[in-house]
This record gives sequence, structure tokens and C-alpha cells, in this order.
Amino acid sequence: MFALPLLVASILNGLMTGAVYALIAVGLTLVYGVLHIINFAHGAILTAAMFAAFLAFRAGIDPYLAMVPLALLFFGLGYAMQRLVIGPASHGDDRNILLVTLGLAIVIENLLLAAFKSDTRTIEVPYGFATIDLGFTFVVVPLAIGFAVSCAAAALLWVLLARTDTGKAIRAVAKEKLGAALAGIDVAHIYAVTFGLGAACLAVAACLLLPTYYVNPRVGNAYVLVAFTIVVLGGMGSIAGAIAGGLFIGVVESLSGLFFGESLGQLGIFLIFILVLLVRPTGLFGARA
Amino acid sequence: MKHWSVYGSIGLAAVVFAALPLVTDSNTVLNAMVTAMIIALAAQGWNVLGGYGGQLSFGHAAFFGTGAYADAILQASCGVNAYAALAIATAAGGLVGLAIGFLSFRAGLRGSYFTLVTLAFAEVFRIVANAAPVTGAASGTLIKLDVRAVNFQFASRAIYFWIILALVAATMLLMRGIEQRRFGAWLIAVRENEDAAKALGVDTLRVKLQAITLSAAMTALAGGFYAQYYLFVDSTIAYGSWISVEALLATIIGGIGTVFGPVFGALALYFLGEFAKYITGRAPGIDLAFYGTLLILVVAFARDGVQGLLSKAAGAVARAGKSA
Repeated sequence: MFALPLLVASILNGLMTGAVYALIAVGLTLVYGVLHIINFAHGAILTAAMFAAFLAFRAGIDPYLAMVPLALLFFGLGYAMQRLVIGPASHGDDRNILLVTLGLAIVIENLLLAAFKSDTRTIEVPYGFATIDLGFTFVVVPLAIGFAVSCAAAALLWVLLARTDTGKAIRAVAKEKLGAALAGIDVAHIYAVTFGLGAACLAVAACLLLPTYYVNPRVGNAYVLVAFTIVVLGGMGSIAGAIAGGLFIGVVESLSGLFFGESLGQLGIFLIFILVLLVRPTGLFGARA
Repeated sequence: MKHWSVYGSIGLAAVVFAALPLVTDSNTVLNAMVTAMIIALAAQGWNVLGGYGGQLSFGHAAFFGTGAYADAILQASCGVNAYAALAIATAAGGLVGLAIGFLSFRAGLRGSYFTLVTLAFAEVFRIVANAAPVTGAASGTLIKLDVRAVNFQFASRAIYFWIILALVAATMLLMRGIEQRRFGAWLIAVRENEDAAKALGVDTLRVKLQAITLSAAMTALAGGFYAQYYLFVDSTIAYGSWISVEALLATIIGGIGTVFGPVFGALALYFLGEFAKYITGRAPGIDLAFYGTLLILVVAFARDGVQGLLSKAAGAVARAGKSA
């Protein structure tokens, strides 16, 4: 049996990694909730954001400082991607949207591969291994920052959706597209804004991941499969569900890594994924399939 | 008469193609064509479910890999004859398809949800194959080199090419037959409007299960042939996402839901890939970036892919001929 402190540390670690997972999943679920499609380019956009943060670091900018400018940049890129590529190319058909986002994923991932080769890169930050003593266990500083910023970003997103006119328009389009259009809301614009918000979540997540993780052209896939699991678990389109699901999956991954070793730790996540899809596809929080 | 002309075109195309090894004995060309035909066969399988049935799978690697591993393991560990192994591998792939279909269609998964679950199944298979002792874990499975016809091993690549060409042609004839029978009509009805099809009395669950079984078996056959041709399988080759993506790309670029689409697509992918490498100086990934762009363009502007463009061109030529 494992000693209690080790278990506590593992759960705590899982919660902190899970918060960043949650942020990635929130971006995915937001897009699903409004556009009713799964964005298969989500992982590739995350990879692109991680490379952007990596290049910023090369230019002498700390990832945490690059976070806000990169979030704005990716909002713009996401907006343009939906407005100029996904929207016009898919003619409003769900199957087409799946294929177009898959096409985008292939293009982004392989352009990164052509530009950066398949090398795995890391960055060295002075605080990379700094820890905080909580009395009963130690916490790694970048993970703690990741947790705090993810919570702040989720709160910010909630305020935006709940309290602003744009947020109201997004919620209206999510509920009833035609009605929203009749009320004078520009649906194509709102779709693009939503997609941009999803990409901005990824830019923030990328800046949080980079100090403790590596980057290569395929790194996003690992996260996006986890994000799919979280989104399905939490109920497609439910932001609260994505946050709870993210924290849960973070803990599951951390614990199964502790008990079964790294390589099979991922398996637990997929089995949960398939089970939830088959048994309760509406997720634990979702209202409809 | 008109119905038979498609069968005739398939036969004629196969015969013309079969003459290729008589024109060239370049191993590079033959190797490329065998690989393209393996992709075409896998894509033919994808087309049954995704093209005719409208159920988009991003995880056909689950079937390709099962075929490849079953073929290799049966020979390497159980000493089964190569031809029998390939037949069993095809059936095993069909069974895996039936099982995945049973689980997901019974649970009512449609659209994005079905696409996601296929992706997840393929990943689970890959992770397990990369760890389990029976598949040789990370080091993979080798089929013993023993070049004799009884072992399905030939010194000449031309023979492999003729075999895979015959398999592709056979599946095309099969698909043409299905198109003209009730099963094909039901499948298309499910794609166009599942609820309406159900309301009209089509047993949609049954139709989808038959489609995924046939689809998986064809793709597994491609996987088994792959193992037989390269005599080696590991988890990235067998269950990696590359084959899920290529089977889908070939079908869509060639012409989704058409008999010739997967073959046109597989050939187009090969030539376009070579072209992309040629103009960009072989940067890694550049061919795939090119395919991805093409996928978006086809979805945006040419729904019926190469097949659609060709029939449009043929129509234009015929009109020009009439007016002249």
C-alpha cells in the first residue's frame, strides 16, 4: 500500500494538472455548445500555441508574460479560421464541419512538423523546479500557477458569458440559432467569436504547460484526447461539466500513473471515455445528446 | 445495358492496370503502386460505412491493425498457413467491426459522437498492442521470411501487385452490386435521413451493423495484405492514426460514396504527395499538409472529388462533341 503523504501529493498534483486540462476542455465544450460540432483541430491549435509560446521564450519573453498577448493573437486567429475557412467551406453541414476541422488539424500539425522537425523541445525557466512547502506536502510552483490561472481564466470566461452583451448573444445562438438571427444577432460573427474564445483558452493553456512540459509537432494530440474524454464526461457543451471533468480526469491520471505506471495510465482515461460514451453519452452534467 | 457498363469499366481498368509490370520493372514504381492499392482497399472499406452509410469513422485503424496483427501473429506464433491467416484476419476485422458497431450503434451514437468513439477505440487498441506480450509489445511481430508461393511470399513485386489489384477490383464489383441492391438503397437512406428511413420501415440498426462489419472486413483485408507484403507489424503501423486518415482522405478526395472514388483518391494522393515533395524539397510532413488543404478544398468546392470532376469533364466533352 502507498503511504498517505504520497497519495495526498498525487491527488493534489492531479488536481493542478487537471485544472489546465479543464481549461483546454472548456475551449472545446464552448465551441461544441454553440456550433454543435466537435472541433478536431483543437489539439493542433494547442500545439501551435505551444510553439508560439516557445518562440516568444526564445525571443526573451517569459511564457507567463506572453500569455495575454498570445491569447489575443489566438482569439484573432480562431476568429479568422471560423469566419474564413470552416464556415464557408462546410456549407453548414455537420459532416463537412468534422472533415474541415480534421483537414485543418492535418495542415497545422504538418506545417509545424515541416518548420520545426519532429524534435522535442523544452524551455529552461529559473522557477521550473521551485516548490512551495505546504507543511504536509510540497507543491511545484509552475503547477500551482497553472491551477490559479486556469481558475481565473474560467472565472473570466464565465463573467463574459453571463454578464456581457456578447455573452448573451453567444448563449442565445447556442439555444436557438434561427431565433437569435431573427432578433438581429449576426450568427456568423458569434460563431467566429466563440471559436476565437476557444482558441484563446488554448493559448493560455499553452503558456501554462510550457514551463513544465515539452513541445513537439504532435504534442497536442495527447491533450486533445484527454480533452475529448473530459468534455464527454462532463456533458458536451457544459462548461461546469468540463471543469469538474477536468479535475476528475487529472486525479484519475495521476493515481493510475501511481498504481499502474505511465504507459497504462492513459488507458484508464480511454476506458472511461468509451464507457461514458456508451453508457451515458449525455455525460454526468449534460442535458441532451 | 447501362447497368453493366460500370462492371465493364471496372474490369477494363483492372486489365489495363495489370499491364503495368509489363511496362516497367522498376521496384520503386511497383512498390508505390502496391502501397497505393493497399490504401485504396482500406479506403474502399471506409467508403462502405462513411461514404454510403454516412457514419464518419476517424478510427478505421482499429480494423486495419486487427487484420495486420491477426495475419502476422497467426503465422508467426501459431504456424497457420498464410492464405488461411489472411482469411481469418479478414473475418477477425469484420468481427471487431461488428462488436464496435454493436456497442456504439446500440447506444444510439450518431454524428460527432460516433466519430469520437471510433477514434477512442483505435487508440485503446494501439495502447494495448504496444504493451501486450501477444503482439510482441513495442518491438512488434515479424513474419518469417521464406519466399515460396505456398507461404504467400513472392520474389517478384509484380505478383503482389496483381493480387492486391484483383482484391481491389473484386471489392469494386461488390460495391457496384451493393449499389444496385436493396441493401445499398437502405444504406444511402440511413445516410440521407436516418429517422425518415426508420419511419419508412428500414431496420436502420441492422443496416448499420452490416455496413460496419463489411467495412471493417475490407479494411482488415488491406491490413492483412500489408503485413504479408512487409512481413512486419508494430503498433504504430497497425493501429496508428495514419491509416485512419489516409483511408478517409483517399475516399473523400477521390469521390465519397462512389465505386471508383477510393481508387482515384489513393492514386491521386500518391501522385500529389510526390509532387508536393518534389516542389518543396522533401520537408517532412509537407505532403500531409498538402493533403489536408486538398481535403478542405474538396469539401468546399468539389463534393464529388476526382470522380465528380472527371464526370463533369466527360459531360463537357460529350456536349462539345454534339454541338460540333
